[in-house]
Amino acid sequence: MDLITSWMGNIPEFAVPFALAALGLIITEKSGVLALGAEGLMLVGAVIGVGAALTFDNTAVALAIAMIAASIVSLLFALMVLVMRINQVISGLVLVFFCQGLTTLTGTLMGWTNQPVSGLGSIALWPLSELPYVGRFFIQNIVVYLVPLVFVFSVWALNRTTHGLRLRAVGENPQAADAAGISVLGYRLAAIVIGAALIGLAGAFIAVLSNKLWISNMTAGRGWIAVALVIFARWSPWKALAGALLFGCIEALIPQLAASGIKLPQYFVFMAPYAITLGVMVWVAVSKRDISSQPGALGAPFIREERT
Amino acid sequence: MSKQNAIQLSGVSKTFDGFKALSDADFTAKWGEVHALLGENGAGKSSLMNIVAGLYGPEGGSLFIDDNPVKLKGPKEAAKMGIGMVHQHFKLVMPFTVAENILLNLGHIQTAGLYRERLRRVSDDIRAMAKRIGFEIDPDTRVDQLSIAEQQRVEILKVLLAGAKVLILDEPTAVLTEEEAERLLTTVQGFAREGAAVILVTHKMNDVLRYADQVTIMRAGRTVKSLKPDSVSVDELIRLTVGESAPDQSATPGEREPGAPYLQVKGLTSTGPLRALNNLNLTLNQGEIYGLAGVGGNGQSELANALMGIPEPVEGQMEIVGEGDLADFDAARRRAIGIASIPADRYGAALAGPLSIADNYALGDIHSGRYGPFWYLKTRAIEADAAEAVRQFDVQGVRSLKQKAALLSGGNAQKLVIAREFKHPPRLVLAHSPSRGLDVKATEAVRDRLRAARDDGAAVLLISEDLDEVMAMADRIGVMSAGRIVAEFSQPADRQAIGQAMVNHV
Ligand SMILES: Nc1ncnc2c1ncn2[C@@H]1O[C@H](COP(=O)(O)OP(=O)(O)OP(=O)(O)O)[C@@H](O)[C@H]1O
Ligand SMILES: [Mg+2]
Repeated sequence: MDLITSWMGNIPEFAVPFALAALGLIITEKSGVLALGAEGLMLVGAVIGVGAALTFDNTAVALAIAMIAASIVSLLFALMVLVMRINQVISGLVLVFFCQGLTTLTGTLMGWTNQPVSGLGSIALWPLSELPYVGRFFIQNIVVYLVPLVFVFSVWALNRTTHGLRLRAVGENPQAADAAGISVLGYRLAAIVIGAALIGLAGAFIAVLSNKLWISNMTAGRGWIAVALVIFARWSPWKALAGALLFGCIEALIPQLAASGIKLPQYFVFMAPYAITLGVMVWVAVSKRDISSQPGALGAPFIREERT
Repeated sequence: MSKQNAIQLSGVSKTFDGFKALSDADFTAKWGEVHALLGENGAGKSSLMNIVAGLYGPEGGSLFIDDNPVKLKGPKEAAKMGIGMVHQHFKLVMPFTVAENILLNLGHIQTAGLYRERLRRVSDDIRAMAKRIGFEIDPDTRVDQLSIAEQQRVEILKVLLAGAKVLILDEPTAVLTEEEAERLLTTVQGFAREGAAVILVTHKMNDVLRYADQVTIMRAGRTVKSLKPDSVSVDELIRLTVGESAPDQSATPGEREPGAPYLQVKGLTSTGPLRALNNLNLTLNQGEIYGLAGVGGNGQSELANALMGIPEPVEGQMEIVGEGDLADFDAARRRAIGIASIPADRYGAALAGPLSIADNYALGDIHSGRYGPFWYLKTRAIEADAAEAVRQFDVQGVRSLKQKAALLSGGNAQKLVIAREFKHPPRLVLAHSPSRGLDVKATEAVRDRLRAARDDGAAVLLISEDLDEVMAMADRIGVMSAGRIVAEFSQPADRQAIGQAMVNHV
């Protein structure tokens, strides 16, 4: 009984970072840029979020600064893939390693490691919060409640605005978009920066709101899971949200099981997210679902005068 | 409107990694005229027009629009100046609908309103314009559901709706039927009479004589001559363009009586919701060219796909006499039997664009072990063979055999495909619009190959929307309409009757 109740209460805490990071990735990848750097940008959001919270003692400001910081770091990635046209896979990996080093160094030098921050209080969504079993699901901080709104807004922007149409065109067929007078690099830059802001927020959520402190490399592979989640969701934001909830359920269950006295090998616990990711990928591959939803030009650099 | 210059290019050059595609080219088109641009495959016509459309940056030389010197920074600026181009290789976003593709292209025209509303307005505009120029198009269809001919229409609508005053059409009629082409060209001629400037890149001399007010001829990156078409004959135009006189275009039916049936298609029907093929029956004999005529979009692409082994949901029989059903054969088996396929989409289905010319050529034989066992590739043998084929089939614009196949101009890409497919004498040739976009010389080269295959006893199926081609090539002619063959004729056939059959059964 207690187990289910507290499990329900913990799900959003695990699901939200996945959801935000996946959404950020989808926005970037819809423009045709393969974004593998999520893990790194989440770390940037996390360390800067904690640092800003310690400095300004204001959580909203801290989250905003974390988003901006991730966007600024993503400019480096943009420089690599858009201007220098370095292979996007390599650029993404480089970004992750760079950020891992940078954030560890920053956290240590600034003395932010293991310093507690205040986070945000919970708001009960009455009367849902009174429901048996699932009630705790609806006692969360404000950011959790904002996530569905962010999704609604993003889906609307992608599918129901001219800017969204252009962004998708750039990701499907940059040559055609270019001939139509659309700035391919401009839209890709915007997609990278906006996506990075959401990914940074995901990282800040983990550090500032869930754990309420910074530890080196604390995202522990969640950025990679988000990358897998996007493929699993076939670049559809709603499916990604559902997938994030699913992954959140599983991740939230593990500490519950441990707490309830069920003996699980520790390594199994650490391995679970990756095992699940792997399972999902295999399932997607085997079930051969509609591959066409992948942006047509994903990972391909754009050069106007190049024939493809 | 007075006859000022709409577009003037002088002394323009363009180099692609060391290769001079344009050298010191001059070009002038006036307001109110239809200006034809002629030239061999690879002469630089598309490159020149891409400079006008702002897609390629010129090296040296100058561009004047409406007699004002301009430096275009990109296609958007060109669109603002009223320049619209229908590209030879479509610039369409495949998973988008027709309306979305066209809305995408209207960025330089500021319109207010919500997205849905704008999309609806664009759809209305599409229907109105389509009606005006006699096309039929549903704005809500996804572009990847359309045939090549229909996609071409979308491209034309795109430019017209963007309000272009200078219309550049890069081989717009290559995939249209005679009537469609006639209607399109009459329409654009009408635009010219209203004061617009129309530049028409084409390989069809008759279109030039009928519709153009002025013609410029390019050869090897230079503009060699500009003249009035009424002062020359077709033969002379051809000679100026390719440096040879007109090849013989009359029908040359097979020397021998057709042999035994080789391919028997029975009751071929699409299982998809569209029923593109509807109980199609067809018998193809050895030693004959069977020409399949018809208005585009009547199931030709689906038939070609089914026969060539490109995924297509169909049921029914496609029996190769003595071998079995085509549907059961994988690519290796097809090669072993001697089936040569020349699909309509040469960049998409016939060539692997990013691979080198040599690799593309060797693909057909990679199974046979000629180029080494599975763990080792004899690159030297591949390149030697490819070099020989490039020479023999006169593939031009090859700077190096390691160059990407996508860089070849349309005609030369097709020659490469044919070189590969005809490497071993075929027993069955499946060709879909094989001479689309080819210059006179290349067209004749392709046709010669098909005739030679026929004379060697191969069964040749020629699917073409170009009735002239079918008339000139086929020993027997079938007319396709609504997914089946509605009439058959043997040569000498009555052109009028075939034309009737093409439209009557729609
Ligand atoms: N973007 C590019 N990159 C490299 N080479 C190119 C590019 N565009 C054109 N070329 C080369 O320049 C030459 C001229 O090409 P272009 O497409 O202008 O010919 P074309 O006259 O339009 O021929 P076609 O009748 O086959 O369309 C060709 O040899 C082609 O390979
Ligand atoms: Mg061309």
